[in-house]
Parts: sequence; C-alpha cells; structure tokens
Amino acid sequence: MSNTAKIRVMVAKPGLDGHDRGAKVVARALRDAGFEVIYTGLHQTPEMIVSAAVQEDVDFIGLSVMSGAHMYLFPRLLDLLKEKNASDIIVFGGGIVPDDDKEKLYKAGVAALFTPGARTQDIIEFVRNTFQTKDKNVSNS
Amino acid sequence: MSRLYSKDALQAIIEQKEKWTVDELAAVLNKRPEIRERFTTLSDVPVERVYSPDDVADLDYERDLGMPGQYPFTRGIQPTMYRGRLWTMRQFAGFGTPEDTNARYHYLLKNGQTGLSVAFHYPTLMGYDSDSPRSRGEVGKCGVAIDTLRDMEVLFDGIPLDKITTSMTINPPASILLAMYLVVAEKQGVPWDRVGGTCQNDILKEYIAQKSWIFPPHPSLRLITDMIGFATEHVPRWNTISISGYHIREAGSTAAQELAFTLADGIGYVQACVDAGLDVDSFAGRLSYFFNSHNDFLEEVAKFRAARRMWARIMRERFKAKNPRSWMCRFHTQTAGCSLTAQQPYINVVRTTVQAMAAVLGGTQSLHTNSLDETLALPTEQAVTIALRTQQIIAEESGLANTIDPLGGSYAVEAMTNRIEQEAWDYIGKIDEMGGIIPAIENGFPQKEIADAAYKYQRQLETGDKHMVGVTKYVTEDDPGIPTLYIDEMKETEQVANLQKVKAERDPVAVARHIEILRKAAESGENTMPHIINAVRDYVSLQEICDAFRSVFGEYKDPAYI
Repeated sequence: MSNTAKIRVMVAKPGLDGHDRGAKVVARALRDAGFEVIYTGLHQTPEMIVSAAVQEDVDFIGLSVMSGAHMYLFPRLLDLLKEKNASDIIVFGGGIVPDDDKEKLYKAGVAALFTPGARTQDIIEFVRNTFQTKDKNVSNS
Repeated sequence: MSRLYSKDALQAIIEQKEKWTVDELAAVLNKRPEIRERFTTLSDVPVERVYSPDDVADLDYERDLGMPGQYPFTRGIQPTMYRGRLWTMRQFAGFGTPEDTNARYHYLLKNGQTGLSVAFHYPTLMGYDSDSPRSRGEVGKCGVAIDTLRDMEVLFDGIPLDKITTSMTINPPASILLAMYLVVAEKQGVPWDRVGGTCQNDILKEYIAQKSWIFPPHPSLRLITDMIGFATEHVPRWNTISISGYHIREAGSTAAQELAFTLADGIGYVQACVDAGLDVDSFAGRLSYFFNSHNDFLEEVAKFRAARRMWARIMRERFKAKNPRSWMCRFHTQTAGCSLTAQQPYINVVRTTVQAMAAVLGGTQSLHTNSLDETLALPTEQAVTIALRTQQIIAEESGLANTIDPLGGSYAVEAMTNRIEQEAWDYIGKIDEMGGIIPAIENGFPQKEIADAAYKYQRQLETGDKHMVGVTKYVTEDDPGIPTLYIDEMKETEQVANLQKVKAERDPVAVARHIEILRKAAESGENTMPHIINAVRDYVSLQEICDAFRSVFGEYKDPAYI
C-alpha cells in the first residue's frame, strides 16, 4: 500500500476506564501495518481527544471503551467534532458494546465497532478501505 | 536432605527413557507425527511429551515441598486445608446505587455465599464524586457508586459486620473506604477489632496493569504505610493489602510474569513498611495475595504452588521474618475474565469450571468464579447463581476438597512448578538490579513486558497458533444472544440527587475544617488515617478528601507506552 503511510490514526481511551490491553494491541497492529498511530494514553475527556485529534490532523479516531459509558462518550465526541468543523474525521471504536447500543451508535455516526473476538486484521482492513473510499469521495467532489 | 530418588534409580530411569525413545517412540512418530510441532502452555512455554523422575531429579521433599502447613508451604498453608474449612466463596459484586447493590448482597448471602466483595464504579475508583464532570456516563455502570458515608450505610444495611468479612476492590482511595467501613461498623455497635476483611490497596499493580491511579508512586506508598500502621494497631483482623496479579494477567502477561511482578510488588510493600519503621512480623501476616486462574490447568496449579514457596523464602530469607504466619502466601483467586467469549456465552461456564478447579487444586483461600455473561455486562442474578453453584459443586460433589495438594508429586506439576519459579526469580533479579519495583515501573519495564506478551498472544490467535473455542474455531453462525443486566442512565440522576441531599445537610464549617486538617496531615507526614476517619464521620465526600490530597501530592499521568 503506497499511500498507507499517510493515514493517521488516533487511538484514544476516553473516560475513567483503565483497561488498555485492547487499545495497545490495536495501536501496535495498526502501526505494524504501516499507519501513523497516535496513542492518547488513559483517562482522556472527549474534549481532550478532539482537541488533540484536530491538532494532529488525524484521519481516524478509534475509541476504546470497556466501562459501559459508551452511550455518553461516543455521542459526546461526535458532537464536539461537529462543533470544531472536524466531522471529516472518521470515528470507530472497540470494547464492550451490546448489540442494541451498537445500532444506536451507528445511527449517530460511528463508522464501525469492533467487539470481543474481532481480529486486528479486520480493523486494519477497515481503516485502509474506508480511507480509500473517503479519498475517492473527496477527489470526485 | 530428603532427595526423592537415589542416583542409581535415576540412572536406570534415564536409561529406560532413552531406550523407549529409540525403540518405541521413534517408530510411532514415524508412522503418525504428532498433531503439532510445538506443544506449549498458554504462556507459550514448551511442554514435554511426558515427564518422569529425571525431570525433577533434584527435588528434595523437605526443602522444596514439606507437609501442608509447613515451610515452604508448597503443598498448602494449613495442615488440614479444605478438610478443616472450605475456601471462602466470594463473588465480586456492585452496580447502580448502594440500594441496588445491597439487595444483590442479601440475595448472594441467602444463596450460600460466605463473604462479600465490593465492586465500586469508576468514579469511586478514581477519586471522583458522582456529581463531577469526570463522572458523566460512568455512574453505577461498572460497580456501585459510593460518594459519602451515607452510601456505605445503605450498602451494608442489614449486614452484620462482625459476622461477614468484606473484600473491597479499591486502590488509591482505599484508606477512605476502610474509614467509611469502620464508621459503619461503629454505628452497628461492632468494635474495630472484630471487623474483618480486605482492601485491595495495591497501587503498584495499578501503575503496571489496571491503571486506576490518582497520585504518583511515593505519596501513594505513604498513604498505604499510613493505613497499615493504623490497621495493625486498631483493626488487627483487616488484610491491609491484597497484592494482585489478577490484573497483570488480564492485561496480557504470561503466568510467570504474573507471579514475578506480583511478588516484586509484595517485596516493594514490605520494604516500604520496614523503611517506615514497622517491624516485619507486626504487619506481614496481614498481607494477602490475589491471583488469576487462567485456562492452562497445569500451568496455573504450578503457579499457585510456586507462589507459596517463593513468598515463604522471600519473607524468611530476604526479610528475616520470624513468625511463620509472615511466611504464608494466603491468596484469593478469580477465574480469568479475559478468557471469556462474547460468542456462545454459555460455554463460559465450562471455562470457569476448569479454572476454578485449578484454583482449588492450587490451594486458594477464597474464590470468585466469573459469570457467563461478564464479557458482555455486569452479571444478572441467574448468571451469578450458576457461577456460585460451580464452586459449590466443586466443594460438595467433585471430591477435590477431600485431599490436600493431590497433584503434588506429579512429575509434570513438580517440573512446571520449578520451571515457573525459576522464570519468576529471573524477573525479580532484573527488577532488583533496576533498584526495585518503583524504578522498574518508572522505566516502564513490567508495562512493556506485559504489552509484548499481549500482542504476541493476539498474533498467535490470528495466525492459528493458539485458539479460542467459539471465536477462532468451532464458530457458530447462528449465535443466539443472552439476557444481560442494563444499568439505567437514570441511576446517575438518582445518585447525584442523593449526594446533593447529603451535602446540603452537612455542617459546612466542619467540612472545611476537616479538609484543612487533611491537607496539613498530607504535608506534615503525620498518619492520615485518623483524620480520614473523622472526616468521613462528618460526611466529607470521597472526592473532597482526594482533592485535598491531590493539592499536596499532585497527580500521576499515563506514560502511554504502546
């Protein structure tokens, strides 16, 4: 993938949840796949994440939430991106998200959710494919 | 010296093994190769085809095993083990408001549970009240919301604190929760010297693995030694730290790393207390351990046995403890949450059963068995009942509790016990060279070792070297869901209203005075514990106390290693 190196992904841990095994494994896998990965570290507020994402000019934000607070954190992040005119940043996520909540979050604008058992390879392909589609949309417009 | 095998006997066994390898094994392997090239434990340690006496040639019964209740306690810490008393069945529980969780406790006790274990929600774990902006979306989700003494009064309503012991999974604010617990006991008319239980209070593994921290390492250790000093004098039945490998394993470590980093944390605490002027035998008997029981049955049994032998040597040889109780590694076990699958969740009952058996055969003092739905949510009443019944079946039906350390003397288990012990000593040696566990944590050493192991395991799952049933193999297309517990967003509103009512009814002058006293104690180095007790008695909130300490100690920030 020649243009992979340009793709910038922020892996973020919002809220008070300290479970970072998944976030770190995904961050490493994305880095090993050739993307530029920025890891926020733990205990970030949505405001901190959005401000860092805008500053770092990322293409994707991947939120990892294991605490059950996903129905607050994802919508809050999407609202803040809108406020900052940064809705072109694609938001995806992972963690413990029940099926009913998944549907609601997709409707709210989350592009993909990877729950327990997901392969890092699927996450890599999601980022690569979504970026290509997004790129095409931009050049067609 | 009580070597198990004479030189002549060993020589004969080695010759027999060689002959068998050439004459019989080679022919079978030639005809039918084994199903894998490499056989390894879950931690990716190679496992032999068969173990025989030559694999444990140096085993010395008296030196390495001993009888149950005898140094080095490899076979168990008591002479009768489960024949004298079964392990404590202690299910970790907490959700929503204190009212919700109090009802669950009464349900569990009615169903034969023998001890309580409190799961706090994230704001409490991190030192925030439910009305803090940092708590938005998190109230009651991962555990029960506790802001003030009022909440602890409700949580233990109708539960006699002189009869039931309670384990509290709480770390940076541990002294505050213990203070609230003691005041609740006081109000029940139970003297402090009759209160029994455990605070996790293990900040070192927070930096390493679970990551619920507030203050930097040195002030955190100071709060811990304050609490140990206080409890040693006033709450003699309280286990002051539960030195935890559980979260290290859940973060992706191997079994040997879990053992090594946990014992290294234990060494760190004992050293800190000794440095603070405490006599080792005055507090060491109240330190306890908490381990994970993961999928690889024999490796786990070996880990538990090695833990007892190593801690006994550390306490007796390194710290020169004299009281045999100080040498004993008493531990709680929880089955491995990270082994559970969201796919085909009913099969989690089987995983948990195997893990619970390893814990019992490993000689645990108490046990939490995970519920089948815990990879999806906090457990429902039905799911937690199955988990509790799993322990009851092992205790009452399986026969495993009838004889002590029945796997002791197995060539395989003894060889694995030696092997895992050696690997753990190597790690502890490295940590000592770094200047102890705090510099090692500051260098990110255990954190990076664990992240490497977690990544390696994920790669192995994806390349097919390792398997998870229902996820990488034996996948079901049509996987029906299961009912799960949902914590209503209204719980947050309810809890915030409770807190505001408490705050409105307090004496603001007294609150301000307590906060000032706490700040001064933090600055001066005076024991903080008595002041915390006085503060919670007047309903000063958890966050108000933590904020007073934050203003003196500062906060720890994630170094964010990938």
